[in-house]
Amino acid sequence: MNAPARPLGFVAASPCGGIAAAIGGAAALLRHSGALWLEAERALVVADLHFEKGSAYARRGQMLPPYDTRETLRRLALEIEALSPRLVVLLGDTLHDGGAEARIDAEDAAAVDRLAAGRTLLWIVGNHDADGPRRLAGEVGDEIALNGLLLRHEPQAGLQPGEVAGHLHPCARVRGRGASVRRRCFVTDGERLILPAFGAYAGGLNVRDAAFSGLFARPPTAVALGPRKAHAVAWGALGAD
Amino acid sequence: MSEARRHIAPEAAADGLLPPRFSAWFAGRGWAPRTHQLAMVDKAREGRDALLIAPTGGGKTLAGFLPSLIELAERPPRNAAPGLHTLYISPLKALAVDVQRNLTTPIEEMGLPIRVESRTGDSSVAKRQRQRLDPPDILLTTPEQLALFCAWEGSRGYFADLRHIVIDEIHAIHASKRGDLLALALARLQTFAPQMRRVGLSATVNDPDMLRRWLAPQVSVIEPSPPPSRDAERGRGTMRSMVEGARPDSVDADAPSTASRSPSPAAAGKDLEPLLADLVLGQPGAPPVIEVLLSQNKVPWAGHTAQHAMTEVYEVIKQARTALVFVNTRWQAEFAFQELWRINDEGLPIALHHGSLAPEQRRKVEAAMTRGDLRAVVCTSTLDLGIDWGAVDLVIQLAAPKGSSRLVQRIGRANHRLDEPSRAILVPASRFEMLECQAAAEAVAENALDGDPARRGAQDALAQHIMGCACGEPFLADDLYAEIASAAPYADLGRDEFDRVLDFVSTGGYALRAYDRFRRIVKGRDGRWKVRDPQTAQRHRMNVGTIVQGATLNIRMAGRRFAGRKIGEAEEWYFEQLTPGDTFLFGGEVWRFEGVVGIDALVSRSGDTDPKVPSWGGSKFPLSTYLAKRVRRMMGDEAAWDRLPADVHEWLAAQRDHSGLPGTDDLLVETFPRGDRCYMVCYPFEGRLAHTTLAMLLTRRLDRAGIGPIGYLANDYALCIWGLRPMDGLDFDELFQEDMLGDDLEAWLEESFLMKRAFRHCALISGLIERRFPGEQKSGRQVTFSSDLIYDVLHRHQPDHLLLACARADAATGLLDVGRLGELLARIRGRIRVLNLPKVSPFAVPIMMEIGRERAPGTSASEMILEEAEASSLVAEAMS
Repeated sequence: MNAPARPLGFVAASPCGGIAAAIGGAAALLRHSGALWLEAERALVVADLHFEKGSAYARRGQMLPPYDTRETLRRLALEIEALSPRLVVLLGDTLHDGGAEARIDAEDAAAVDRLAAGRTLLWIVGNHDADGPRRLAGEVGDEIALNGLLLRHEPQAGLQPGEVAGHLHPCARVRGRGASVRRRCFVTDGERLILPAFGAYAGGLNVRDAAFSGLFARPPTAVALGPRKAHAVAWGALGAD
Repeated sequence: MSEARRHIAPEAAADGLLPPRFSAWFAGRGWAPRTHQLAMVDKAREGRDALLIAPTGGGKTLAGFLPSLIELAERPPRNAAPGLHTLYISPLKALAVDVQRNLTTPIEEMGLPIRVESRTGDSSVAKRQRQRLDPPDILLTTPEQLALFCAWEGSRGYFADLRHIVIDEIHAIHASKRGDLLALALARLQTFAPQMRRVGLSATVNDPDMLRRWLAPQVSVIEPSPPPSRDAERGRGTMRSMVEGARPDSVDADAPSTASRSPSPAAAGKDLEPLLADLVLGQPGAPPVIEVLLSQNKVPWAGHTAQHAMTEVYEVIKQARTALVFVNTRWQAEFAFQELWRINDEGLPIALHHGSLAPEQRRKVEAAMTRGDLRAVVCTSTLDLGIDWGAVDLVIQLAAPKGSSRLVQRIGRANHRLDEPSRAILVPASRFEMLECQAAAEAVAENALDGDPARRGAQDALAQHIMGCACGEPFLADDLYAEIASAAPYADLGRDEFDRVLDFVSTGGYALRAYDRFRRIVKGRDGRWKVRDPQTAQRHRMNVGTIVQGATLNIRMAGRRFAGRKIGEAEEWYFEQLTPGDTFLFGGEVWRFEGVVGIDALVSRSGDTDPKVPSWGGSKFPLSTYLAKRVRRMMGDEAAWDRLPADVHEWLAAQRDHSGLPGTDDLLVETFPRGDRCYMVCYPFEGRLAHTTLAMLLTRRLDRAGIGPIGYLANDYALCIWGLRPMDGLDFDELFQEDMLGDDLEAWLEESFLMKRAFRHCALISGLIERRFPGEQKSGRQVTFSSDLIYDVLHRHQPDHLLLACARADAATGLLDVGRLGELLARIRGRIRVLNLPKVSPFAVPIMMEIGRERAPGTSASEMILEEAEASSLVAEAMS
């Protein structure tokens, strides 16, 4: 196959259920969990964890189950166990709000500390957690360059080759067989990558929303998350909500 | 019931019970008061709770209000402005408005000083506020508005003077969460107004005692503490509910004396039999005349549209004055409406009425009916209850009615004059429906009704009520528990269960006590619970009610820049299956689907006459147990076949000769090969829900046994499972073991989309998730999305949570019909008759024809959609 046949640089579906892709020339594995794995750096990247979103609602009188932080950490721990990363990057909005760290359960806080043990845990700050953590383990930064990629929370306007960001919580809707599916997804045109939200209570924004326009040089592909594998779906097959 | 047995001794007749003004009014109209109307006046004089069961057209509404009108007419003038005297609750907004109209006539003609007003969600804010400050004598409203009242501060004072509460169409509301909430509100009102008596109005039902119990306060022996504020005259009422309820053996009106009341308050307790409201029976109407339409055309093998008989239906409409054409789903309504207009050569005014049409459009149709401008209305259950239209002389039921009570209710819409029979024609849409219609017609002729069983009150509804009480005024847990246990659906609620729900309302009820500092209701120093702040109370009031809409989209004309006129609304799933450019039927027109923007489905007019997407689905009601039994019996009784059309007769005979007929108590299982697949079809006739559950559980078992089933399908009559390997050598007794309802069911349910749907309902009703916030309204799909995330997290981290238990119970009864499946498995134990056939049998044809038409929701189907999208993406990539 010649070059135009692979406009987005996808290599193959990986046996682990992820999708192997080239982003701005760097090899990346888009995991069906919603995490990004950069093998060359042994770096695991997750975006928008929104710890303590549940208790933020409870504070206002809506008693959502207080287990969202625990569940998000459980899923992250599974990824860390599977991949043994050297570096874990939390790509911003890890805490749902300024009071999240004060509300977090002691057991969950200890789980964060355990994840940081023996590796670097890097908190990239986002709009919900602009100051980073005060007492939870880890280092804090605005962005990080890794293997030719630039990792930051919020995608910058215009084309940004090599940028990896979160913030938008992308979701894909796919119709077929008289039904439709809405899933969290990665979005990429092979130049830049937007990660899905990893937090258990994080909502999603349809990739056809205006917020995504102008970010890609050509129609991007969505990599929709499933329970066993991720699915690369072309732009044309994606529906609005 | 013979009239002679009933009610009023001669000396208590009209002149004794009715004031002269009332007698004169009846006489002036050329009427005599009906016996049951006088009986209701008598019950009121004695201060008894009463349930009136009477057919439509029997002056039931007037009977319910007559005591109030008399009392109000005789009320001495008072200095202080009087409070609310009578509250009327109707399940339908439209009915509340209509009853107001009907009450106005006698009030005006007798010149009574009585103010009647209605109050629904549609009433203006100004009107509703005025009603709170200056209550009318009689207020007509809905259960939701009543729940809202209970959640207002000052509700105790507002209802302190209440004498009567009249609950209409009680049969249509008691067996639901809406009924649970209403029962709780009744208990609340009784506390506010101990003198209040309860009146229920109902259509004919199979088990009046169940409704009598639902209506009556159940004894609570705990004397409540004095209320925090105003102390109403409570002594009498508390005593009344203790001593005056009738026991089940003491039926009513024959002896309106005190002979059979419970001996003493001390003996009254929860261990005793339930208390029942007195029963008053109206004169039964003339028995209905029901025919099953035998079409000149052959009865179709499968389907739900009755298209084959449409010409005959049109002919029948032509001969009637006004006909109501009932169908079971709105898509069937659309289809029938279009088909009738296709052949409407005489241009008869035929209209359409269903729940998706814009309210203005429905009101227009109703107004045209009232004026007598229409010859027919094609309608769904939206017109099952409601306003009397005198002109209706024929009811046509298109496709099987699924239950005899529903059929009776619908037939009752024709001819509201008691002395003339209602006329109805049933139009079966398929061969099995032919059997079902015949069984239904015979059941109605014998007045053999099916009905909803009594239910235990749901805990999510209870949570909503407790929150409402806390918004109204501070309460002591002991008092509220006693009050709640006086509502029949909660009569056996344990104190531990109550405390658990109370904790849920306060903190969410989580094992991880993370929210003890964020309580929604807080216990004060005086031991009373109250809402934590006015904002929380306000949010609760915005979310009152149990009617949870599925995610719906507005259907709007696509404009050049903005969305245009709203045509109606429909479920989101319907649009999910459409792609832009598809055409579909709605409101009797063919539309082109343009796309979805936000919460609007945009459409444009289409020149097509045939819609591309003819999705009208099956029936939404499952076949009732009662009719199922009759259908099974009818098949076994060859003499009964003569009442069926020739082609159906022939079909039954062919089934007998080629395979076998299902018996009354056994289960017929057929296996046969067809193409490269092997099929198993069984015929329990237990309704679609129970069949779907059974098919799903059998599929899991077959999978474990290495048979490798590929798919399954269920309808009201049968279920079918297919795979690549033959199934005829299986141990069927083993396969149908009742233990499938244990772990297999649990395991499947936890991952099923049905659980998520049930959980969403419970989460909304209980207030875990709010539908509305001040200043904004969540659209249904935003709610769907987030409740699924919450379900996943809660299910993993606290699987024994109250709301999960609620959702499980709802799914098991409402969505899976587990109870009925259990009865089926017990019934057929040791009676499974397996026939290994060389080819498809005559009975298997209908379900085989449905294969491939069904949507298959669920996780694996979702993955399949993504797989296919991915595959086509790859092809596109390779070809680009």
